[in-house]
Amino acid sequence: MIDRFVLLFGLLILSILGFMTLGAEGSWSFLLPFRGAKLAALMLVGCCLATATVLFQTITGNRILTPSVMGFDALYVLVLTALVFGLGAAGYAALPVPLLFALNMGVMTGAGLLLFALLMRGGRGDMVKLVLTGIVLGLLIRAVTTFLQRMIDPSEFQTIQSASFARFTFVDRRLLAATALAALPALALAWRMRFRLDVLALGTEAATGLGEPPRRGQRQALVLICVLVAAATALAGPVSTGFAGPSSFFGLVVVSLAHLVTPSPRHAVLLPSAALIACIVLIGGQTVMERLLHLATPLPVVIELLGGLLFLFLLLRKAQG
Amino acid sequence: MIEVKGVSHDMRGQAILRDVSLSLPRGGVTALIGPNGAGKSTLLSLIARLQRLQRGRITVDDLTVGACADRDLARLLAIMPQSSAISARLRVGELVGMGRYPWHGGRPGAADHAAVEAALAQFDLTGLRQRFLDEISGGQRQRALVAMACAQGTDYLLLDEPLNNLDIAASRQLMALLRVMARDQGKSVVIVLHDINYAAGFADRVIALAGGRIVADGPPTQVITPCLLSGVFSTDARISVIDGRPVVVV
Repeated sequence: MIDRFVLLFGLLILSILGFMTLGAEGSWSFLLPFRGAKLAALMLVGCCLATATVLFQTITGNRILTPSVMGFDALYVLVLTALVFGLGAAGYAALPVPLLFALNMGVMTGAGLLLFALLMRGGRGDMVKLVLTGIVLGLLIRAVTTFLQRMIDPSEFQTIQSASFARFTFVDRRLLAATALAALPALALAWRMRFRLDVLALGTEAATGLGEPPRRGQRQALVLICVLVAAATALAGPVSTGFAGPSSFFGLVVVSLAHLVTPSPRHAVLLPSAALIACIVLIGGQTVMERLLHLATPLPVVIELLGGLLFLFLLLRKAQG
Repeated sequence: MIEVKGVSHDMRGQAILRDVSLSLPRGGVTALIGPNGAGKSTLLSLIARLQRLQRGRITVDDLTVGACADRDLARLLAIMPQSSAISARLRVGELVGMGRYPWHGGRPGAADHAAVEAALAQFDLTGLRQRFLDEISGGQRQRALVAMACAQGTDYLLLDEPLNNLDIAASRQLMALLRVMARDQGKSVVIVLHDINYAAGFADRVIALAGGRIVADGPPTQVITPCLLSGVFSTDARISVIDGRPVVVV
């Protein structure tokens, strides 16, 4: 197990080196902070989404779900569309970045918590009902978004389209700091939960019997998921989705890889492994796309494609087994 | 001592338990028997706070179920539920090791490892410890789940139909082991059984439930009678007494 982690660390350092040095032209005093900020953003987003997906899969007891099934990313696009619809593209562009971030973060965390609070209030913490309701709400949000987009001026629609895919080309320093402020405590809390998550993964009855009430753990994990996904999305935009697919596959890809590379039921292994792999995929992928292949295709598009294939594979394999 | 006082339980307007009171002193093997739907499993899961108590009061030693800290109760009482669908992909050794969680909170020490080894050896699982739960037979899985409950090292052990999927050798071995644990280590074992003959053969006390009420309570020879079989189980199976213990001729 240790050697697997050494390997992952090696790959991470390699991709970081590649990301920082390849195609470096110009003075380092400019490049270092510029690329450094991008690097930090990529790592933060990777850790947030990987951790959120691990938490979500554990409390739902399902390895092919990700939080974006619940329509988190859709909420971001809705906020974006509503702003452009209400203020116009020029008005949207004039919004100060911190305000936009605070708005996104607030709406996503708030809506997520509201959804969970409403559904969990009914006494039983029925995770299946929660997830299904989330999916339906996600569809509703997407429908409203599409409706608004139909009514928008085509030229203003361009603004939405370019802003609704994850972008790692330019990173606002203040945005980065704000995201770190929200995400790092959440990541630390998730790490503190690692042993309890092992127990929660056993299922409701076994967890109760071992003195770990599942409802409390599920609630805490859901709060962390809301904050993590909101922070990552507010910083970078939705990693994948855009308008194309109903779900984001990034978390799924990363956590499936983590199960494959470091097979262990312990979250003390799974959490760091998934976070490492997420960073490698994002940083390495960005390096290859940008610096080696000189492609303009956004990385999420590629992740979406590969993730979709993996999702199908997992589904089919489960159906056979 | 487990004290159940005036416990009633409804599910969708259907009464599952009606004003059940009983006390189980420390030590010994107590078997809960009764026809399907009598409320045996519900009673067990209420004692182990797997379901929320609706009416009445349950105490285990000085802890009140529902009010006490979950961790404290988990150190005093272990339960093996009837349908333990373990969703995580675990090895047998890892599953049994989870039983120690209430004591170490995720960081097992030497005492925890020793307890897990002992439980694995007791249930004949040492050779299977590296196997995944979905790679072993139903009976072996069942044994692993009982071993996990035993590894929890509690004074009270509640088992809901632990003989499911077990062959006759494994069933007798498990029941004998529970008896030894009750006698030598002073554990209290409460066990839901379907097969009345196992209750007659291994339990010190038999409690019969029907329609959510306790209908008979006492040593096997007094409870297991033709009258119980016809009145509670609605069957006319004969009972013959062999070596001083009642045996239902099926």
